[in-house]
Amino acid sequence: MTRIVGIAVMWLALLALPWWLPLIGGYTALGSKVLIYAIATMGLNLVLGFTGGLSFGQAAYFGLGAYGAGMTLKYLAPSTPLAIVIGTVVGGLAATVLGPLVMRRRGIYFAMITIAIGQLFYFVMVRWNEVTGGEDGLAGFARQDIHLGLLNVPISSSGTAFYYLVLLCFTVAVAVMWTVLQSPLGHTWVAIRENRRRMEFLGIRVERYVWAAFAIAGTITAFAGTLNAMLFNFASPQDLHWILSGNFVIMIVLGGMRSFFGPLIGVIIFVVAQDYLSSVTDNWMTFIGLIFVCIVLLFPRGVLGIFRRAEAV
Amino acid sequence: MSAVMQAPAPMAAVGETAAKTPFLRMDNVARHFGSLKAVDGVTFEMRAGEMRAVIGPNGAGKTTFFNLISGLLPPTAGQVIFEGESITQQTIVHRVAKGIVRTFQITEILPDLSVFENIRVGVETAEKLNSKPWISRSERERVNQRVTELMDIVHLRNKANRTVGELAHGDQRVVEVAVALSLKPRLLLLDEPTAGMGDTETDHMVDLVRRLHQEQGMSILFIEHDMDIVFGIAQHITVLDQGRVLADGTPEAVSNDPKVRAAYLGSIE
Repeated sequence: MTRIVGIAVMWLALLALPWWLPLIGGYTALGSKVLIYAIATMGLNLVLGFTGGLSFGQAAYFGLGAYGAGMTLKYLAPSTPLAIVIGTVVGGLAATVLGPLVMRRRGIYFAMITIAIGQLFYFVMVRWNEVTGGEDGLAGFARQDIHLGLLNVPISSSGTAFYYLVLLCFTVAVAVMWTVLQSPLGHTWVAIRENRRRMEFLGIRVERYVWAAFAIAGTITAFAGTLNAMLFNFASPQDLHWILSGNFVIMIVLGGMRSFFGPLIGVIIFVVAQDYLSSVTDNWMTFIGLIFVCIVLLFPRGVLGIFRRAEAV
Repeated sequence: MSAVMQAPAPMAAVGETAAKTPFLRMDNVARHFGSLKAVDGVTFEMRAGEMRAVIGPNGAGKTTFFNLISGLLPPTAGQVIFEGESITQQTIVHRVAKGIVRTFQITEILPDLSVFENIRVGVETAEKLNSKPWISRSERERVNQRVTELMDIVHLRNKANRTVGELAHGDQRVVEVAVALSLKPRLLLLDEPTAGMGDTETDHMVDLVRRLHQEQGMSILFIEHDMDIVFGIAQHITVLDQGRVLADGTPEAVSNDPKVRAAYLGSIE
């Protein structure tokens, strides 16, 4: 019951965000960024928190989504929906194709191979200058208005309209992830995290399920990446870098990796702190580190970890 | 050395119809680990509906013997035949599908999940639903009902929402039996079901195993060290020693066997 109330309150707050966020010193694009990172980290958490695979290279799929969307807009066609679809498919395909390299690894080896694959994409994007803009990133594209029949949604000029597009995407992603986690597939993932051997004895081909989790997580993260590219009308090689992958993991741990909305809370803490602190000091990462240490000491299972039993999927 | 096969036990009321076809047969099965002969030429036969104990001193090869039946290990020689079909080369997955299900000596649970969730994973596996990323309401209700049924059978319904990792050891073992039952076993293999349990927990487990046999006619093969339990509920006893069958028969026949008395029972009396 408290959970339903909590979710309703969160929803109203998100719907009304363009009105209240500026009042407390924020801006709408910050809200968009939070939701985009929330999609990415909640997607990653399917592997990390729910299946128990230490994926430390998730930024690769975020960046592939971003570059996929940016290149679509720049070279292919000026269409926002097409950019989202192509970016998501590119990132999702990459995760699906690379999944078999990852699915057999466990623990630290899982982390290492995912980092290595992530850095591979980073260097491709940096070196492939003529197409990707290299170190400077991919610029020279812009999100386009969406035409729904006679209705024109002015996301190209209005940050608020774009925020609502992001909120819609967030809602869809949340609904998809929630449905999957409530399904036998989701139950199987959690069981694999809890006791992989046990599931093997039940006759489950564990690797295939880890693969599925990795592919779906990569697809959802890529989906977030496409929105990120359109938020800034820019795709940066930093979007693929392992530092961002590490930050995703930190956000999830902050919020609580065992709870569904945990990553959202972690993203809010991280992104808001980053936005504020980086305007005050160049050494903002030090303070993020301090916040991280405090939260981990106070909430070993992340902020939402205190609702452990009630939140368990 | 081959097993001494006995005539059908007088107590065997449940599996009468299937009495003629051997349910499980092992033909001169061996499993060597290098020079260690964990199981060394075992021939063994079990009928459907039987309740049979496997006993033997430590290191007799009991758990390896179980691993050979459940498919965790392939034998280095011999044949394993289930209902007339050789399953020697089949993996654990195929054997589970045929109804050969085991529990483990070391508790294998999903510690952070509830009793309900632990059993539900088993039910969903039995129904082959695992790979479905969504589930209809009616299907979900069917699964939940089956989970409730199983919790009733093992008397754990009042602990449905308890986290299994926080339950007493005895209850954890019962959860494991429930998960095994969710796979609809035709041959249930229990590896030391009462190991490490207190008296009350042991009674609960023994009562459960007995009910599974009597009420559901399940074929049960169990490894057990507690002789009171073995002689209390087993219709048949197979004695292993140094990877071979030392004796095989009814409890009376086994307890009167001079070889058994010398090699095994004698040592604990």
